[in-house]
Amino acid sequence: MRPFAAFRALPTLLKIGFAEAVAYRAEMLVWVFATTMPLIMMMLWTSVAAAAPVVGTGGQQWGSGAFVAYFLAVFIVRQLISAWASWEINFEVRQGQLAMRLLRPMHPIISYAMSNLAYMPLRALVTVPVVAVLLATQSGHVATDWRVWLLWLVSMFGAWLITFFVNVAVGSLAFFLESSIKIMDVWLALFFVFSGYLFPLDLFPPWLRATTEWLPFRYQIALPVELMTGKLGLEEGLGLVARQYGWAALLIFLSLTLWRSGVKRFQAYGG
Amino acid sequence: MIRIRGLQKHYRVHKRPPGVKAALKSLFKRDYEWVKAVDGIDFDVAAGERVGFLGPNGAGKTTTLKMASGLLYPTAGEVTVGGHVPQRRETEFLKKIMLVMGQKQQLLWDLPPSETFELNRAIYDVPRADFNRRLKELSELLELGELVSKPTRQLSLGERMKCELAAALVHGPKVLFLDEPTIGLDVSMQVAMRDFIRKYNEEYGATLILTSHYMDDVTALCPRVVVIDKGVLSFDGKLEELVKRVRPEKRLTLRFSAPVPREQVAELGTVVKHDHAESVLQVPHDGVNTAVARALATLPVVDLNVENPPLEEVMSELFARSRAEREVAA
Repeated sequence: MRPFAAFRALPTLLKIGFAEAVAYRAEMLVWVFATTMPLIMMMLWTSVAAAAPVVGTGGQQWGSGAFVAYFLAVFIVRQLISAWASWEINFEVRQGQLAMRLLRPMHPIISYAMSNLAYMPLRALVTVPVVAVLLATQSGHVATDWRVWLLWLVSMFGAWLITFFVNVAVGSLAFFLESSIKIMDVWLALFFVFSGYLFPLDLFPPWLRATTEWLPFRYQIALPVELMTGKLGLEEGLGLVARQYGWAALLIFLSLTLWRSGVKRFQAYGG
Repeated sequence: MIRIRGLQKHYRVHKRPPGVKAALKSLFKRDYEWVKAVDGIDFDVAAGERVGFLGPNGAGKTTTLKMASGLLYPTAGEVTVGGHVPQRRETEFLKKIMLVMGQKQQLLWDLPPSETFELNRAIYDVPRADFNRRLKELSELLELGELVSKPTRQLSLGERMKCELAAALVHGPKVLFLDEPTIGLDVSMQVAMRDFIRKYNEEYGATLILTSHYMDDVTALCPRVVVIDKGVLSFDGKLEELVKRVRPEKRLTLRFSAPVPREQVAELGTVVKHDHAESVLQVPHDGVNTAVARALATLPVVDLNVENPPLEEVMSELFARSRAEREVAA
């Protein structure tokens, strides 16, 4: 599809994706409830902080307020960077349903991206009360520099790119394996530990904390959360966002390579 | 419009007998076999032509259509459609073609079909005025009415299939690959589908390859048939030629006003079916006039009918012969 024609089609794809999101609103709400782990961790860590002071790798003290702000931010970020293309791709490759996407003059990855992004308005709606609570109760733990918030927006898109293209890469493995979902489960296990989803990376031992800087997970959750909660300054944030986009570029390259060679093996089962 | 030369598609398939023991063994040693789904076929289809692509289950029909529409990569050989190599999936190619599979759907399950039409309009970059005009035509031809605004999941199979066809045609494809488009439909819906497909072909000059297990579809739509079995072509020509070649006899049905003994009827030709009121005979093509004249002169005939043998019988005989020839060759 010519780039301009593809660009013209995007609003319609988003509009129809949104109509689907509305049709599946109950399912989406269930998913939102299933991702309330940061709120549970918030309760856990605030209790720990109340019992004894928690000091991070950098010598920074984590009080109850810092934990509340951190995990509310984690909840917001997780809602807004989510993608589930690996499940869709895996299912459609196995069932042969991908054939219908391949027949259309639009790259299937664009249509997966649009259908994932189309859920954002509804997800944003879910996060509004959480944002309100964060601003009302923890304003002291929220970034105040507008330039940091601008960088936060850029980092959110970078985090979504990483999440989405990891999904595409893992989903594309379904062209080579009988099912790629278990690989996604392994990725998610690592993600929960190393992204800052279950606890701030600052609480890792120094050597592990340093390792997370070189893994992609940290750029999915911890980076935008640290920007939101004012733990990163503009300069340091810029460097990390640059590294985040490096990961995004690498994953885009990897997923497109896997996709291109995988499609040649597609057997369009059924029908 | 379509050119196929030496086209092959071979698959490596994992083979394992049932049972736990075999499952455990396959963890360490996997056995594979090569399946020749399509094994070197050649044919051409001219622009605007309607061709029936026939064969038993597993013959290689759908695999061929999938290669011609760019979904599968051939193992060897070449296929071009309107000058395009399908596997390159160029935009111009994808805008020209559509593969409709009776067992696959593109309609969005939980949204009304009108949303899929709109999605296709955007993806195929169809100008709004053209889209509105074509959709109006399709709605009239297919009698879609209110169907387009009900969620797809609430439509019956036939209603869904009509909407599938409309969704497949909103961009006005010039080449249509129809893979069992009438599967599971009731008789009246099958007739409506056939009428629609014929009208689309005539009005848009579209080239059409159809696979179907319903021989009525083929008889009604396809002057030419290409027959494939075990990945190899066994016939390419006019439908009448196929019938004449495989079953050179005509079928003569006689109805009597009084019982007639079987032996007396057998003098006219090979008896296919006989009871006291009716006989069905097979008579050589050039002996039909004589047989009819003798029947009218010697038997209490109240009604008679001369027709070709049913296409189902012709096809099953053709496949049986092909299998026998292969066994002899092996």
